[in-house]
Amino acid sequence: MTPASEDELAEVIGGAQGPFAVRGGGTRGVSCDGIALSTVGLSGITLYEPGALTLVVRAGTPLAEVERLLAAEGQRLAFEPCDMRRLLGTCGASTIGGVVATNASGPRRIQVGACRDHLLGVRFVDGMGQVVKNGGRVMKNVTGYDLVKLMAGAHGTLGVLTEVSLKVLPRPEAVATLVLDEPDAARAATAMAAALGSPFDVTGAAWVAGRVLIRLEGFAASVDDRAARLGAALGADRAEVDWDAVRDAHVFADRPGDVWRVSVRPSALAATVGALQAGGAVEVAADWGGGLIWVLCAADRDLRRDLAQGHATRVRGAALPDVPRFQPEAAQIAAISAGLRQRFDPRGILNQGVMG
Amino acid sequence: MQMPIPDARVLALKADLAARLRSVMPADAVIADPSETRAYECDGLSAYRCPPLLAVLPSTTQEVSDVLRICHAMGVPVVPRGSGTSLAGGAMPTADCVILGVARLNAVLEVDYADRIIRVQSGRTNLSVTGAVEAEGFFYAPDPSSQLACAIAGNIAMNSGGAHCLKYGVTTNNLLGVTMVLMDGTVIEVGGAHLDAPGLDLLGVICGSEGQLGVVTEATLRILRKPEGARPVMIGFDDNAVAGACVSDIIRAGVLPVAIEFMDRPCIRACEAFAKAGYPDCEALLIIEVEGSEAEITHQLSLIAAIAARHDPVEVREARDADQAARIWLGRKSAFGAMGQINDYMCLDGTIPVTELPHVLDRIRQMSAEYGLDVANVFHAGDGNMHPLILYNANTPGELEKCEALGAAILTLCVEVGGCLTGEHGVGIEKRDLMHVQFNTADLAAQMAVKDVFDPGWLLNPAKVFPLDVSEERRRGGGQPAPAGPRTSGEPTGALRDTSDQKKGLAAA
Repeated sequence: MTPASEDELAEVIGGAQGPFAVRGGGTRGVSCDGIALSTVGLSGITLYEPGALTLVVRAGTPLAEVERLLAAEGQRLAFEPCDMRRLLGTCGASTIGGVVATNASGPRRIQVGACRDHLLGVRFVDGMGQVVKNGGRVMKNVTGYDLVKLMAGAHGTLGVLTEVSLKVLPRPEAVATLVLDEPDAARAATAMAAALGSPFDVTGAAWVAGRVLIRLEGFAASVDDRAARLGAALGADRAEVDWDAVRDAHVFADRPGDVWRVSVRPSALAATVGALQAGGAVEVAADWGGGLIWVLCAADRDLRRDLAQGHATRVRGAALPDVPRFQPEAAQIAAISAGLRQRFDPRGILNQGVMG
Repeated sequence: MQMPIPDARVLALKADLAARLRSVMPADAVIADPSETRAYECDGLSAYRCPPLLAVLPSTTQEVSDVLRICHAMGVPVVPRGSGTSLAGGAMPTADCVILGVARLNAVLEVDYADRIIRVQSGRTNLSVTGAVEAEGFFYAPDPSSQLACAIAGNIAMNSGGAHCLKYGVTTNNLLGVTMVLMDGTVIEVGGAHLDAPGLDLLGVICGSEGQLGVVTEATLRILRKPEGARPVMIGFDDNAVAGACVSDIIRAGVLPVAIEFMDRPCIRACEAFAKAGYPDCEALLIIEVEGSEAEITHQLSLIAAIAARHDPVEVREARDADQAARIWLGRKSAFGAMGQINDYMCLDGTIPVTELPHVLDRIRQMSAEYGLDVANVFHAGDGNMHPLILYNANTPGELEKCEALGAAILTLCVEVGGCLTGEHGVGIEKRDLMHVQFNTADLAAQMAVKDVFDPGWLLNPAKVFPLDVSEERRRGGGQPAPAGPRTSGEPTGALRDTSDQKKGLAAA
């Protein structure tokens, strides 16, 4: 089903028994049983005010269209939504609603925040077919509870997004990357921490294929100045780096095996990598200064058994009976999450089971 | 301001409750003497006062858990309190509540510069979080103007902002994890030193929930390395609309200052009379601060100066040294003091789309004349967070009511132009009855459903945020059972920018 308006979507959900498998562009590997309910009929830009750094857009609008529109005004979605198609072997066109529903956030997470930090407002249809709005289109808004954050990353389990309002930011005039050869995880983490603890406004700190990558952005003169000083401090040189490939974990695309995203505190990078390696062969790449570890491992492995802290999400690989995609939550947290789903979708008809 | 009638059953429990609380915490942590509970009768919204039944000052998460478990068992409402600086009445007691103050929970638990985090107990003041890390060159970014006194617990409850959030975001963007105690005494851990949530973003909805979902006792906060330098420039204009256009042009040019502060003529004059900062006598004044390396600052200020020059400024004054920078900020930072010297004032904090600035300032001027009360405007222009200060005389009968009516009219205008009732202070009791202006029934029901899950008995800070008539059933009946099936829909719909349903909401209110 592809409703053409919010009202129609509300009627569909309110009037049907479901269950529904809510779908944007279908590029992010999120799937479940149910009647396919597509948001691509809810498309179009509602409002774009470059001088106010705000964009309001309907959920089914292709991400590419949003990015084109912003680029024409010298702006962008600063949270760098990733493109998972190559890694996951999916096709189709990512929608802005899918980006928000999965809280898809790239390397700049460490500096400007995640998708949820740029989300100013939402409209959605809950599991009872009611239209709900929360937040708005202004940057500072503490009026009532922040359901905006709750909807970001909820994977369509609390409601179907119909419209989102986003903070956008200027594209920088210049970008530079400092590169340091460093095969050792502990020393790589130390180098990234040193860069992120510097006053040089680092907008990317990754460790891929034995190289530490540090990104600086801004006005050209400032980037040159900061790159020279930080490069000298780290013993790193400037080089051209494809940050989209870092963002999208291309290093593990076209490689057999499961891919996981592991979230830890950055200083735990080396210990985590060591523990994962002790449990079986893995290949790793890190982003977010070491706080996000991409792991390639054998298809039947439960990575969580070897994880001492943080949490792990399997982003590629077949479902295993006892190994859900998302990290199981502590009992009290799971009870709250279940309670929220029960309130927003009492019939359990929206993306049932997608988040475990 | 209407508050629920105190529950006689709860009032009768006072002695028993105090005894039970004293069995789980030191005697001096349970305050029952009316001469001492009076100290907790109000917060920063001091026009409204009501001493609580009891006040407790726990020192550990375990004590917080014990207090809540006992109050939960006895059906006693609890109002959490940080430092009591809320301007919205968020920590205002009712006569039948226990005030739970977190002031004794003020320790730094962990600092990790490699991970750029600090973990603190929630009663620690905002400024002292930075104080704990500044020797190493780090700081905690959100900087509400009450930061010397306000507690992290209150910052989290209200999702506090500050002058520098255009670049650094507000509390929610700098909060990584909490230890929180639910009303039944359950202690939960949400988030931590890592950057994303494994499941639903509960932290996102906890932040800004005004102490209605749980009592936060510990918080993991992001700390940042201080920039190498910062410098303000002051630009005066003869026209509010031109000043607004200048702000918009600066943002469009790709410059992202850390702060853009806007003052209108009444505010400029009052500040100048009070602080003698040397401000020009003009219609609108912008103070724009940029930061970074010397190269960065110089470049950004030159861009800003070039843009300002196209808008026919009355004066452009760039700080040449620390002393000049301090003088530029002096007037702005004394704005509230300057107003307080003139009269009593009420500070609003509605947010508007920055493009609506000239229109809204014009309308506020008209309304000010209609109501016969002076309004001075000082606000964060980069993000549209207004701070109209309505001057009134509390000793003149009826003037507070008139001031509140003007305040409501201004906030309604903020919503009508696409903004919101509160940008950083919170709803509390102050804006509670205006929530209908911004939200329809379904919007409010969705928010209340969250409280139903965290606090099914509606005992935590129950008379805040939601209009009393909307929350009455839940507060009286001890919550609301989960819905069993589809409810009828029929609420108006419209785009986020569309004010149609907001207007309908207005009509309903």
